[in-house]
Amino acid sequence: MLMDFILILVLLTHLRLLASSRLGACIRITALQGILLSLLPLLTTEHAWSARVLGLALGSALLKGVLFPKLLFRTLREAEVSREVEPYVGYGTSLMFGVLAVGASFWIARHLPLPAPLASQFLAPVAMSGMWCGLFLIIARKRAVNQVLGFIVLENGIFTFGAGVMGELSLLIEMGVLLDVFVAVFLMGIMVFHISREFDHMDTDRLSNLKD
Amino acid sequence: MTSFVPLVLGLTLAPLLMGVINRTKAFFAGRQGQPLLQLYYDLWKLLRKGAVYSQTTTWIFRAGPIVGLACAVAALALMPLLRTPAPVSFAGDFILAVYLLGLGRFFTVLAALDTGSSFEGMGASREAHFAALAEPALLLALVTLVLMVGEKSLSGLMGNLDALHWLNSGPALVLILAALFMVLLAENARIPVDDPNTHLELTMIHEVMVLDHGGPDFALIQYGAALKLWFFASLVVSVALPLPEMPLALLAVAGVAGVMLVGVGVGILESTMARLRLLTVPYFLLGATVLAAVALLLTAFRA
Repeated sequence: MLMDFILILVLLTHLRLLASSRLGACIRITALQGILLSLLPLLTTEHAWSARVLGLALGSALLKGVLFPKLLFRTLREAEVSREVEPYVGYGTSLMFGVLAVGASFWIARHLPLPAPLASQFLAPVAMSGMWCGLFLIIARKRAVNQVLGFIVLENGIFTFGAGVMGELSLLIEMGVLLDVFVAVFLMGIMVFHISREFDHMDTDRLSNLKD
Repeated sequence: MTSFVPLVLGLTLAPLLMGVINRTKAFFAGRQGQPLLQLYYDLWKLLRKGAVYSQTTTWIFRAGPIVGLACAVAALALMPLLRTPAPVSFAGDFILAVYLLGLGRFFTVLAALDTGSSFEGMGASREAHFAALAEPALLLALVTLVLMVGEKSLSGLMGNLDALHWLNSGPALVLILAALFMVLLAENARIPVDDPNTHLELTMIHEVMVLDHGGPDFALIQYGAALKLWFFASLVVSVALPLPEMPLALLAVAGVAGVMLVGVGVGILESTMARLRLLTVPYFLLGATVLAAVALLLTAFRA
């Protein structure tokens, strides 16, 4: 029951992200999503209080809930932007896409052959809609910070799925992915900072005009 | 005659609900506020006055308030209060209720356009715009309830919705409640969408459409608005409070107390929140639709 509530809250954060133009709010929502999801391994595994599971939950909560937001807020401050002004796809349309994506992932999840039953009926659809909304954010937004957020949301979706079919092996993979994401966000933070210092903006659509 | 209880309660106590909201707002503003029964006094005063009609108006202008009130009463006749069934109920009556309110609004809009004032036309256009966006949210929420409970009439829905539903599909019900409350605010011109007290021409929506009505016509409009608010408040309360079977008198008391609590909630919300910019109102309503749609998905795909 608790797990269902967490998963549905995560589902709502996906939709909220698609509808929000304020970058600060987006970062906070993504952080909240990360913290909510880091509770999942504690709920799905049988020996929840083993050092490994506890480590994974704590590690991902710290990374996604504290470190990433800090990094991204620093980038925001240095790049001096606060909102996405002209996205490729408007917020209303994005939100409708989000609902369609959620509907499709519920439908697919019902027809998805799984090796073992998942801990919650909402795990697969929430994971899948997370991946789609993350990808959509990367495609539909111009601001580099939003694209980084889309990347994190995408990883959160994969993490959700991993937490559902938790075995020793997937724990290991999870750790690896977490590390990758950390490096990626770190690098993107630095890159965005440099882009905005060089060109006074960080709209990625204008990067294609660069000539040497 | 038990089933006439919700209708009679609504018809007599709806103006009191407005008083409760006003008193709550006054309390938060540190004022004493109007008497609780102010709307009754207002209605009595207005009914004794004469009406003045502009020469540009036709019969539509005069029919507007009457049709509006008739639609509100008819819709209220379909609405149960908690487990007490409504006087009229049949399969699919929730659709009729939604569109009765729609018909009432249609006539209010026509009457506003009939005055020929560009100012009223602006309000009419806004009202029609926002109502069109609120409608899918309301219908999706009701359809989700129908799917969840398996009954096709409003009275059947509320009569069979019990604590077990809250236990089994709590998240979906919370989403439905949120969507219904947002629709309540939008449909009744309450604060995040429209400010019932404002008379600033650029911002008001509902109030601007009824500026040219006076006397008994205006009384009908105000009474109709109170009935509509009662309709939505009892819808919200009936979903939120899945009470077990109990004697009729107790149910009625609980229902009225619940509706008044919704009024207090609206008052608190209005005191603590600023009005949304007109451009962001569609997003507010889209949000309500999305919440209802997610609830529908959760219900349709439950294991």
